[in-house]
Amino acid sequence: MTRIVVVGVGGQGVLFASKVLSEAALAEGKNAVMSEVHGMAQRGGVVMCNICVGCIESSLVGNAEADIIFAFEPMEAYRALPKANKNTRFVTNTSPVVPVVVSIGKQKYPDIEAMFAEIKTLTPKLTAVDADALAMQAGSYVTANSVLLGALAGTPECPVSKEKLVEALKNSVPPKTVEINLKAFELGLEFARHH
Amino acid sequence: MKRLMTKEKGKRLFLLGNEAIVRGALEAGLDFATTYPGTPSSEIGNTFYEIGKEAKVYFEFSTNEKVATEVAAAASACGLRAMTFMKHVGLNVASDAFMTVAYTGVRGGFVVVSADDPGCHSSQNEQDNRYYARLANVPMLEPANAQEAKDMVLAAFGMSEQIEMPVLVRTTTRLNHVRGAVDTGELGPQRGKGHFEKDPKRFVTIPAHARIGHVKLLERMAKALEISEKSQFNRVIDMGGSEYGIITSGVSHNYVADVMAAAGIKGRILKLGMTWPLPETMISKFIKPYDKIIIAEEGEPLLENAVMALAKEANPKIAVYGKRSGHFSVLGEYDPDVLKAAFSKITGRNLMPGNVHKPEIQLPPRPPSLCPGCPHRSTYYAAKRALKQNFKDAIFSSDIGCYTLGIQDPLNTADFLLCMGSSVDAAGGFSKATDQPVLAFLGDSTFFHSGIPGVVNAVYNRHRFVYTILDNRTTAMTGHQPNPGMGTDGRGNPAPIVSVEGIVKGCGVDFVRTVDPSDIKAMQKAYEDALAHDKLAVIVAKRECVLLEVRSRKKAGNFLTWQINQEECKKCQTCIKTWGCPAIYLAEDGTVHINEGICNGCGICAKVCPFKAIHENKEARK
Repeated sequence: MTRIVVVGVGGQGVLFASKVLSEAALAEGKNAVMSEVHGMAQRGGVVMCNICVGCIESSLVGNAEADIIFAFEPMEAYRALPKANKNTRFVTNTSPVVPVVVSIGKQKYPDIEAMFAEIKTLTPKLTAVDADALAMQAGSYVTANSVLLGALAGTPECPVSKEKLVEALKNSVPPKTVEINLKAFELGLEFARHH
Repeated sequence: MKRLMTKEKGKRLFLLGNEAIVRGALEAGLDFATTYPGTPSSEIGNTFYEIGKEAKVYFEFSTNEKVATEVAAAASACGLRAMTFMKHVGLNVASDAFMTVAYTGVRGGFVVVSADDPGCHSSQNEQDNRYYARLANVPMLEPANAQEAKDMVLAAFGMSEQIEMPVLVRTTTRLNHVRGAVDTGELGPQRGKGHFEKDPKRFVTIPAHARIGHVKLLERMAKALEISEKSQFNRVIDMGGSEYGIITSGVSHNYVADVMAAAGIKGRILKLGMTWPLPETMISKFIKPYDKIIIAEEGEPLLENAVMALAKEANPKIAVYGKRSGHFSVLGEYDPDVLKAAFSKITGRNLMPGNVHKPEIQLPPRPPSLCPGCPHRSTYYAAKRALKQNFKDAIFSSDIGCYTLGIQDPLNTADFLLCMGSSVDAAGGFSKATDQPVLAFLGDSTFFHSGIPGVVNAVYNRHRFVYTILDNRTTAMTGHQPNPGMGTDGRGNPAPIVSVEGIVKGCGVDFVRTVDPSDIKAMQKAYEDALAHDKLAVIVAKRECVLLEVRSRKKAGNFLTWQINQEECKKCQTCIKTWGCPAIYLAEDGTVHINEGICNGCGICAKVCPFKAIHENKEARK
């Protein structure tokens, strides 16, 4: 059984990647239950999806229960820390999305290295990838979620095979963008395997 | 979405709870569906919008939930299978019709889906609509997962027809927005067109008939009780032992089952799926052998109260662990941690995870905000400019929709909000109760929903305020559903456009001005004139939702983002302190920049900048 917490900011494609991941698990014959966030929170707010792969009934992950924290934004990875334990794998983007209170100068964006250092005091398994940069390398910034899916696939904790993930990804993106998304996926995968 | 219509039986689909509800209805041979969109129920309507034509289901986005319920009730009276669905507070709007359709009863199966929102993920309250089943005395089913959502909706139609009663399917956010495996059954045969057989004694609820209707209602509910006592949805799950009896319903069951299994707590769970009328004999029998009973239900202590009452006869010495005993709360949404905490207290074992890491760094909050390029921002900005120093005292009467997000810094343009349509009604009250400037704001879809009676009231009672209809040509917050002002109906067909301006003029408003909010100057002038007007003044701020507009601009190849010229920028921060677009940010060195990754290219910041330092980036975004 694998419990995954997927976090990010509205508009980043958290829901999309969560669906791809769950569809891949199902295609592999594993049971998957996923909890989504819709509506108001999607307008630039924190988005959290929970995925439980394996035979349990809850669609929500409790504190310290997450096997994987899959984050599209570094501060949101950190915010999800209470869901983690000493065996949790973090896969996170390093490119920040600045909240409005920060962009208008009322508060400061926290130091990313300090946040990662604290995550590492709990668990050594931190895969931090600059998904935005690799996405540009693949051809478009919109493929950042494919980079992240690739990075997840490159960790030993990922509950689904690379093949099924690629298949699910192919079935989910617009036909015209399959090529760049797969390229982005491979870039993420390579990164995770070497970091 | 097409896979939802598969004729294949026994196929496993990975469905959103709301899609499973649609599948259940299709398996029941649904003919007729109505709704007003509202999270967490919205995707039910979105799905019918996509597949309705092909599935041969008549589907409409009605103007509000009461209308939706009455339209569907008529279809049912003609012998068609009909469903109406809405968020929990929508049932408040529909309640007038809902209460009395229980008296007339139904002919074709009639299912009402209420999507409750414990935890207020996207709602103004967390009311427990299980009360409505009791208030109207209507049978109710509560699914716990996607498969049950499909199965229960299918069963609800059968039951509805069998006992001629509407059936309430009560869901919660965590059911509507769960995604899980669903095994399909056969698609049901549809009826197409119905025929209304007159029966005024039943369907015209004058007092003499209503009194008889109430008697019939009780007779039908006696049959419902028999069904509930034998329902496959009310069942005992053995968790290997008899120490604890647990009674639960809806998604709470999932957490109970997982926590008990993980902690090895022995007991039996009575999982209730048909929760009105309650299977009292079954419950009494269940609680008899126990010393301790645990009631795990989100929201109000309805099962708990019933069990307490039944225990007086069935098992007076039983200890009931629930909300009265302080083991559970009526507040918020349940999750595995809530159940672990409750079971820890009850069993005396510590089931809480010992190593929860509390983050040391204080994080800035990330509340939802108006999108970059949102036309509502321009409207609010212009209104504030027009108010000048009076802004502080002006009352912004807000409404339900994206525009409520005007509450955030630096706009601060939401001061009062109760429910759909309250903006205009309350503005009338403020205008009479105070001498402060009063401005009401609501969206086009909300205007059609419940923003019209307030106009009539304001004209009739001589209220004086400025009423802005933020006409962004869609129902944005819930996912861009069509509305009566758009020229498209719920099946994607062209539809007559209902004119917002025509309606307010018809109500007798003599100040009606339609302005494109991206023209900040014209917008500001409109507010200056409207604020000086001695009666109700209406401004229609008309511009398409930026998320839709960007799509068409990208298609047409004329999408551009904007940049701040660092030499021209005087770092006055006007754009940050008054405009507040999430794409504009203040760097640590005090310079100001535009995040072109999220800039939607509206370019209004260039008009806001007093030093004309913001320019188009001619190199279009990749």
